[in-house]
Amino acid sequence: MKSNTTRAVRIITGNQAAALAAKNAKVRVVAAYPITPATPVVEELSKMVETGEMKAHFILVESEHSAMAACIGASAAGSRTFTATSSHGLAYMHELLHYATNARTPVVMAVANRAIGPGWNIWADLSDSISQRDTGWMQFYCSDNQEIYDTIIMAYRIAEHRDVLLPAMVCYDGFVLSHTAMPIEITDVNDFIDEYHPVWRLDFDEPSTHGNILPPDYFMELRREVCEAHERALKVMKEVEREFYEYSGRLTPLILEEYRLEDADVAMVTMGAISSEAKIAVDELRKRGVKAGLLRLKAFRPFPKQEVVEKLGSVEKVYVFDRSVSPGFDGQLFSELKAVLWDLRSPPEVYGRIVGLGGRDVTSRVFEKAVLGELDKKWVMEVIY
Amino acid sequence: MRISALPREEYLLPGNAACHGCASSMCLRTVLKALGKNTVLIVPASCTSVYQGMFPNSAIAVPVFNTAFASAAATASGIKASLLQQGIDANVVVWAGDGGTYDIGLQALSGAAERNEDIIYICYNNEMYSNTGIQRSGATPYGAWTTTTWSGKKEHRKDVAELMMSHEVPYVATASAGYLADLYQKVKKAKKMEGFRYIEILSPCPPGWRYPMEKTVEIGKLAVETGMWILYEYEEGHFRLTGVSKAIAEGRRKMKDIGEYLFAQGRFAHLSDGDVVKIREYVEDRWRKLVKMESDMHAASAKFYV
Repeated sequence: MKSNTTRAVRIITGNQAAALAAKNAKVRVVAAYPITPATPVVEELSKMVETGEMKAHFILVESEHSAMAACIGASAAGSRTFTATSSHGLAYMHELLHYATNARTPVVMAVANRAIGPGWNIWADLSDSISQRDTGWMQFYCSDNQEIYDTIIMAYRIAEHRDVLLPAMVCYDGFVLSHTAMPIEITDVNDFIDEYHPVWRLDFDEPSTHGNILPPDYFMELRREVCEAHERALKVMKEVEREFYEYSGRLTPLILEEYRLEDADVAMVTMGAISSEAKIAVDELRKRGVKAGLLRLKAFRPFPKQEVVEKLGSVEKVYVFDRSVSPGFDGQLFSELKAVLWDLRSPPEVYGRIVGLGGRDVTSRVFEKAVLGELDKKWVMEVIY
Repeated sequence: MRISALPREEYLLPGNAACHGCASSMCLRTVLKALGKNTVLIVPASCTSVYQGMFPNSAIAVPVFNTAFASAAATASGIKASLLQQGIDANVVVWAGDGGTYDIGLQALSGAAERNEDIIYICYNNEMYSNTGIQRSGATPYGAWTTTTWSGKKEHRKDVAELMMSHEVPYVATASAGYLADLYQKVKKAKKMEGFRYIEILSPCPPGWRYPMEKTVEIGKLAVETGMWILYEYEEGHFRLTGVSKAIAEGRRKMKDIGEYLFAQGRFAHLSDGDVVKIREYVEDRWRKLVKMESDMHAASAKFYV
């Protein structure tokens, strides 16, 4: 830990943590449109820009589609950019999410996870960002507010790394984290992150054209480059995670977090805020003699295949809990986990459970009962107190 | 001003992929001469996405950022914000077709205009989706054949230049590919101003409008001479007709009959007498409306004569 690093503990919501992270990460252009439950990020940032506390240009766009377009334009022109959205807003951005990836603009976005309607549902559900899985964005799922702050700052270091150059979304459950205040350390990150050094600048003497027609002779190269950048990102994430630990004293995972997994026979796999309840369940199960453990995935894209295989290679059973679903198939994390474990000579048994859609409560009892075989159906409809 | 007086510098290079007789490329060449090298061009999906040339080549000798169809004005807003943050002074200019302006891009355009973004938005209006092969747009005039209005469009066009005036942006102007010197001077004037500036160019399209490619300039002039397209400027709240439109309004030139314009083009060849009457009434109504607008607004005298 650097001794001259200033820090302050503040009790703030996830949205406030996201806004502060953007400010401290030296974001210079923000373009955003309000949507519940991400709205307070937009409000906080506009206030900080208006008061001069944050040195940035805020474009109060008329839609999320334009928010992302403006971020891409500003990023391409040489600025560090940020936006925040949720649910329908993220869905509306979809076209531009692909655009940001292929344009290799390292935009970072906060996503307060929320269900997509109809009917109108403003509560926690990872379906919004999970359904943007194939846009080429890196995706990180946070489980507390400290993580939101730390991850947004680290996300810029990863996204802008010359081996990566990919956009990143930092996701956190709507209301459960976005509107819940908890104490977090606000570390001054001035020496951790510099002003943005753009890859290219507008050059009026040697002008170049970006994004014109790319014929079949070149397009596959571009797509392969994007995929290879995702693979390289895993290595960069490990470096940034360690560097941030040395800088701040906090080991905030970027790839995954394990809890009592070393000697576990049964592993639970989760993403996002429900992981805290799963940890309680691990302790409870262990009291009852079940050797349970937890693997929380922080990174969904790039998917840490090798790391997951290493962690789950020796367990007997795996229970995967998805706060999202792919209609016509299964929970997405469940599907991907099975695909990864298929490489093992003798893979564990893998079970999937759909939980907590549209903000339905997910308690530690849900995890316990699932592992004890008392919830044997795919859909966990019950709220168990 | 004579065309021969335009600067020699070329920023739209020969060998681009525009159709023969393309008004858009002719106008872009003129627009870039007016803007000069310190310009970044934002191009949404449109004919210009194609005729600028394929990677790794480009026919445009200023920085170009191609963007998604609905996003031109928003992307330009982001680029401008970034340049402001970096202290870089440059013309941020959208070059979009009528699809990207009238229809799919209207929301972003309206948002940027309302925010008074410091950008120039130029719409080259060829009154249809030319790039996808001649389909109806919100700018297609009544009666015109397209591949989605086989028996002729049943509705009149809307008018985004007037919509921009209702946004009360600092500058709105119309131009026509028939009068490049007028276009050049309007872009020059816009360049000197600040805030949101909108210029719309009537951009005839030989394959879409069904006329011989050497007639582009002639069609562009006929549109103005018959009142189908009206040249004007709206500047800081003042409206005035310009060029040939001004001359007609002042009685120095006689307005030509609409038939001369319509029947020079295959897209109107099927029109019935009733259709022609309907178009004539539309043109006359709109002409009266704009002439009245000029007198109501106590306009300053027009600067440009063609």
